[in-house]
Amino acid sequence: MSTQAETSTSVEPVIRCDSVYMIFGDNAHSMLKQANGVVDHAKFHEAGCIVGVNNASFEVHKGELLIIMGLSGSGKSTLMRCIARLNEATAGKIYIDGEDILSMNDKQLIELRRSKMGMVFQSFALLPHKTVLENIAFPLQVKGVSTEDSMQRAKEMVDLVSLTGRENYFPRQLSGGQQQRVGIARSLAIEPDIWFLDEPFSALDPLIRKEMQDEFLRLQDVLGKTILFVTHDFDEALRLADRIAIMKDGIIEQLDTPSNIVLNPATEYVRKFTEEVPREKVLKIEAVMDPYDPNEDFSDLKVQKDAIIETVAEDVLNTDKAVAVVDAAGEIVGALHASHIVHVLFGGHADDAAEKAS
Amino acid sequence: MIEALRQKKHLQFVLLLVIFVLLCLIITPSEGNWFWRLPPLIQKLPGIITSSVDYIMFDWWLIDVWDPDIEDYEEKPMMNQFTRSASGLILFMIEFVREIFLGGVKTIVTFSGWDWATENEWARWPALPWTVVAGGAAILGYALQGPRLALFVGFTFVYIAVFGQWEPSMETLSFVLIAAPMAVLLGLVLGVWAFKSKTVEMVLNPILNVMQIMPHFSYLVPVVVFFGIGDHAGAIATVIFATPPMVRLTLLGLKKLSPEVAEAGLMSGCNNRQLLFKVLIPTARRDILIGVNQVIMSCLAMVVIASLIGAKGLGNNLLIALNQLRIGLALELGVCIVLIAIMLDRLSLAWADKQVDYFADLSFVERHKFSLMFGVVFVVGVILALIGSLVFKEDFNYLYLIPHNKGLTTQDFWQAGVDWIWDTFFYALKGFNEWLIVQVLVPVKTAYLAMPVFATFVLTMGIGYIVGGVRVGLAVGGFLLFIALTEWWDRALITAYLMTLSVLISTAIGIAAGTICSQHPVSTRIMLTICDTFQTFPSFIYLIPVMMLFGVTDTSVLIAIVVYATVPATRYTIQGMLSVPPQLQEAGSMSGVSRVQRYLSIELPMAFPHIALGINQTVVFALSMVIIGALIGTDDLGQLILKSLSDKDGVGNGLVLGLCVAFIGLAIDQVLRTWANQRKKALGLA
Repeated sequence: MSTQAETSTSVEPVIRCDSVYMIFGDNAHSMLKQANGVVDHAKFHEAGCIVGVNNASFEVHKGELLIIMGLSGSGKSTLMRCIARLNEATAGKIYIDGEDILSMNDKQLIELRRSKMGMVFQSFALLPHKTVLENIAFPLQVKGVSTEDSMQRAKEMVDLVSLTGRENYFPRQLSGGQQQRVGIARSLAIEPDIWFLDEPFSALDPLIRKEMQDEFLRLQDVLGKTILFVTHDFDEALRLADRIAIMKDGIIEQLDTPSNIVLNPATEYVRKFTEEVPREKVLKIEAVMDPYDPNEDFSDLKVQKDAIIETVAEDVLNTDKAVAVVDAAGEIVGALHASHIVHVLFGGHADDAAEKAS
Repeated sequence: MIEALRQKKHLQFVLLLVIFVLLCLIITPSEGNWFWRLPPLIQKLPGIITSSVDYIMFDWWLIDVWDPDIEDYEEKPMMNQFTRSASGLILFMIEFVREIFLGGVKTIVTFSGWDWATENEWARWPALPWTVVAGGAAILGYALQGPRLALFVGFTFVYIAVFGQWEPSMETLSFVLIAAPMAVLLGLVLGVWAFKSKTVEMVLNPILNVMQIMPHFSYLVPVVVFFGIGDHAGAIATVIFATPPMVRLTLLGLKKLSPEVAEAGLMSGCNNRQLLFKVLIPTARRDILIGVNQVIMSCLAMVVIASLIGAKGLGNNLLIALNQLRIGLALELGVCIVLIAIMLDRLSLAWADKQVDYFADLSFVERHKFSLMFGVVFVVGVILALIGSLVFKEDFNYLYLIPHNKGLTTQDFWQAGVDWIWDTFFYALKGFNEWLIVQVLVPVKTAYLAMPVFATFVLTMGIGYIVGGVRVGLAVGGFLLFIALTEWWDRALITAYLMTLSVLISTAIGIAAGTICSQHPVSTRIMLTICDTFQTFPSFIYLIPVMMLFGVTDTSVLIAIVVYATVPATRYTIQGMLSVPPQLQEAGSMSGVSRVQRYLSIELPMAFPHIALGINQTVVFALSMVIIGALIGTDDLGQLILKSLSDKDGVGNGLVLGLCVAFIGLAIDQVLRTWANQRKKALGLA
């Protein structure tokens, strides 16, 4: 667990999952009872059950962006759908702001979705018979907001996602990227606290995807929502996440910050993902700095502890002396040594190469 | 030898054919020989159905009903009361719409019970002048889509008025305006229900299958028994006929939706009702609208048939015109029906596609411009009608209502045309007609009738077995056994003879035309438009031109069926040809195939599953036309169904005869569908 999570345990997390199981199949409940919480994939499959989520427990805190990463069939979308209660979890507890959502009745659930939740879908799932504006206003209208107010609000959302001028287009007249902007605007129309995104950029071209990721980061900067984001793209996860949960066969293999995952993969499965990752593009200076020693000889160069290594590497490596690391307030918090950077970035690979050679 | 037989399907077919011919030769035709004809074991079935219907209607579940005449409760059968009030309700709605167009007091009287309104001529609710209706409809078209639709709608009404068909057309329109929404609604409800419940879907599926193939005539008698005769009965029969495709398409559309759409609705905070009406149904609306289109077409296809049980309007007049061989009049009436059909279809489509502008800052006049325009049209129309009453003092007031058959007519022109063709080509037509009847139709018919029942079963079940295994063979056998055990096997053979001949011709023409037209995008588009137009015509229309030329003979029926049934064969062939992936064409070209080789070895096999479904549709179309052919005098099952209409014990007969026709269709459907699916699987298309 990251330090951030530990310090905030006293505050109620926005989302809390407690041993959540989601098993598809007619006899899922009885099977799970027999298994006593220990679910074996193959055994369940034989009995005609498919394991979607296997004993997932975690918390998401206010303003945090948690990415659930996994390949297809890993149960990542299923887990998200359980939390949104689009799927009924077979067992376990799910709390939203301390409220047990599995025990909610339909009316409470609808109320929760109308006030607190927004979701973006992989295939956009726009309503083909409604214009951009009507699509965005839809959640407001089902909630009972007057036409005038909902259209006004929708217009603001259109501006927010930079679709101004296309209000009266139909979804079929828009490109994929534009359609997803509508999807994003729709999910944000009711100003939800929790934002679910289910592979929102997977159906887009690589260039558009990059553009949409930037757009997403910009929005998150402004809005600061609590976000659950599902993707199968590890690079995307590293780029956007505060924390990443890597799933395989319904089990969360590791849940940690991007740099911890890259530096200390918990399982062989996770390590395979991290192998090809260019570390300098992921890691922050913080991850490679040594403790601050005032007696050391420092160069004039100072770097931010949050900076991605790649952005400052050339300057740091060209300096003979150690480089001071400062935090947001300008206080010196550590020292950078070129040798350490080189070791962290390339050391692991050298070991691999040696292993292969022998 | 046996191994080779197991491998090669065409050898199996040859063997089957040999056995069939041998059986035909061996079995002697005689009354008592069960191999020749099965005994009519279920002969009593129609009678049983008739009496059970009578029982349900008149003796079952008696309830006390207050009778105001004798001022006491009286025991009356539940069913009778129920159907009577349902009839009353539907009739009231039809009358209500009708009186808006044509005037009258029935609905007011129903509401108020004031008899003086019927007794005093001056108290009648006046009809709208036809100019107001036409103008109002054009404005509606303009409001829903734009000037083009407005022009078309306006033209339709002007045509109707000018040709003196105003009254029957408005009667038909009021009838369709009630029947079509009822069918759409019912179809939607059943479709959604089937979507929500697997059990309902499983129950509905076979019922829909039978209903879609069953000839519309066979519904008529039960409807008459339950609901009596009149516009409401016609409307009910129409609804029964028009609903199945609506159910099918609703279900299909809902099933095709991606689950994410429903999830998006749920996450937007929809409750169940909002999810259904605001998300699922609108998103599936492409298919649902095709359903609506089908309903409208079916309703207008039924106007003629509905007139047999008392629906007023164009259908009735068309029937009379056909019987009197007044081809020109029939043609004008036919055009009226087609125009109304296309108009309603376009209007419903435009309505579904309508868009709202939220940020237009509109003034009062702009916001209510269509109402204001209608107001103007209304005032102008009424003033015109008043002026008309001054101008045409002695004559009819053409600016108010153009009386029936007192408008323009092109009858004489068409009659002259028919006469001219008749005079010029008399010998050629007669020669062709006689040749066809003597050389083709009669011999084929005789051959069909000479088939021993046992041989027929061996042949058909054998084909079913070879194509789809034991299950399909038994299904085919089951369907035919039902027919063979009724007393109408010979009639069924005549239906089958007309159907097979016309399906063969239609399929040949359809595949050829479809193949040729699909070679070029422009010709493809033209052909598809022609298919659309032809499908819009009620099946009756086809009888008009052929009767002009060939009179009341089997030739007319055959040609009418062929014209009607070629449409699906052509359409599906084109779709099949278009579905051949271009890479395959390119791969073929790079392998150096000639044009003909490409067609035979690539395009035709790839398009085959589509074509097979096209033939399937052709069979359905042909069967429905065979029955309509009965109106011009064939001696098959259709004729008997027609007769059962005027028979007091006709319920059972009509239903069982209808089932016979439906089962012929279902037997063929079983084989063709299995075959198409196998090919699809083999080609990796499924």
